[in-house]
Amino acid sequence: MFAEKVIELLKEAERNPVTIDPFNDDKIRQILEEMQTLFRMNMNDANATTENKSLWTTVQVRHSALERNKRCLLAYLYSRMAKIKTLRWEFGAILPADVRELLSDDEYEWFTKYSMNLASYMRSLGQDIGYNGIDLTENLKPPKSLYIEVLCMADYGKLELEDGDVILLKKNSRHFLPTSECQTLIRQGILKQIS
Amino acid sequence: MDLTDDNIALSEDEEEEITAEVVLKTLQSAWQNERLAPEILPHRNDMVECMLGQIQHMERNINKLPKTDLRATIHKMELSRIKFIICNYLKTRLSKIEKYCIPILNEERQRVESGTNFLTPMEYKYAQEYLLNMENHMKTVVLDKMPGNMQMFESNKMAEHPNMQSHVFLKANETINGVVLEDLAGEDEEIDLEEGSQHILQYKPIADLVKNGKVQLI
Repeated sequence: MFAEKVIELLKEAERNPVTIDPFNDDKIRQILEEMQTLFRMNMNDANATTENKSLWTTVQVRHSALERNKRCLLAYLYSRMAKIKTLRWEFGAILPADVRELLSDDEYEWFTKYSMNLASYMRSLGQDIGYNGIDLTENLKPPKSLYIEVLCMADYGKLELEDGDVILLKKNSRHFLPTSECQTLIRQGILKQIS
Repeated sequence: MDLTDDNIALSEDEEEEITAEVVLKTLQSAWQNERLAPEILPHRNDMVECMLGQIQHMERNINKLPKTDLRATIHKMELSRIKFIICNYLKTRLSKIEKYCIPILNEERQRVESGTNFLTPMEYKYAQEYLLNMENHMKTVVLDKMPGNMQMFESNKMAEHPNMQSHVFLKANETINGVVLEDLAGEDEEIDLEEGSQHILQYKPIADLVKNGKVQLI
């Protein structure tokens, strides 16, 4: 059956709606090969249709299969892009190595470009009135309280707070910190909220 | 240091005085509308910048207070709430811009010519860049490797449109007469919205009322 592989590809991707799977390079290559074969067959038959009208339907079916393949491949890429976007909001501009591995090189390049575009937008915010931009990836959740209690999950080292105090983040130490200043560290998994 | 008795000039040449409270209210309702409307709404960058200026001003005042002062804590909490609203407002707009970037860019091109742009210049630039990156990515990964007649990036097929037929809750800020609701059967119905009344309606017939502030989405 035509376009069978591409459906497999989409089903695979659908099975995992939240996290991202490794980029399926191999299958995509196979699908593209199928498209080239279909195209070649169509070229031959299309030239022959002048004598034999009955080939016309065959050509059309193959053409639909080609279009379907194209549409589904793009859908695959598009849904992956949506997931990669959320990675940018969760991890920031630098991806952890294990996540980075799941993206293809082209996707990583897209991620970098997306990240740069977003960064330059955020930098521009409030520039007219003397701001250095606003980081929209902070303040993701509505603020509930100014300070939260956090548990340190890894040896991080020194952290300088906005008011100039310096604290030492050691593994298994507990701190009472301003919410706004530990959001990024919580998302990176260095701190864990316990209150 | 109270938010309410700070008068700020919105623009220096016009000398239009509005209070920080009004700015915050306007911003809140813009945020609420943006969150609830399916399509992108005209930007309120003036309000955002005004509020940001006000935040800066308040932060400076708070820093003058001793750390243990109760007022400082309360004001800080208030500020972080306002900051959240601003961030969430801008982020909601960004995610709409990303999702509907093809139709938004097409419509925006005409709006820029007539000077009625919905996006800020930076948002516009962001949208263009975003679409370009998406197109390039799809081209390098699959489209360029397809047979010759399949290589086009067909933006009309890729476009995702906001669902203008979705229903919204709304409250009328003033009395509006003769809102035309289209019927599926083709029979139009006209209704009047009383000031302060609440309704559930399709978004499309009231889209313009949201944009000019006559109704508030809730």
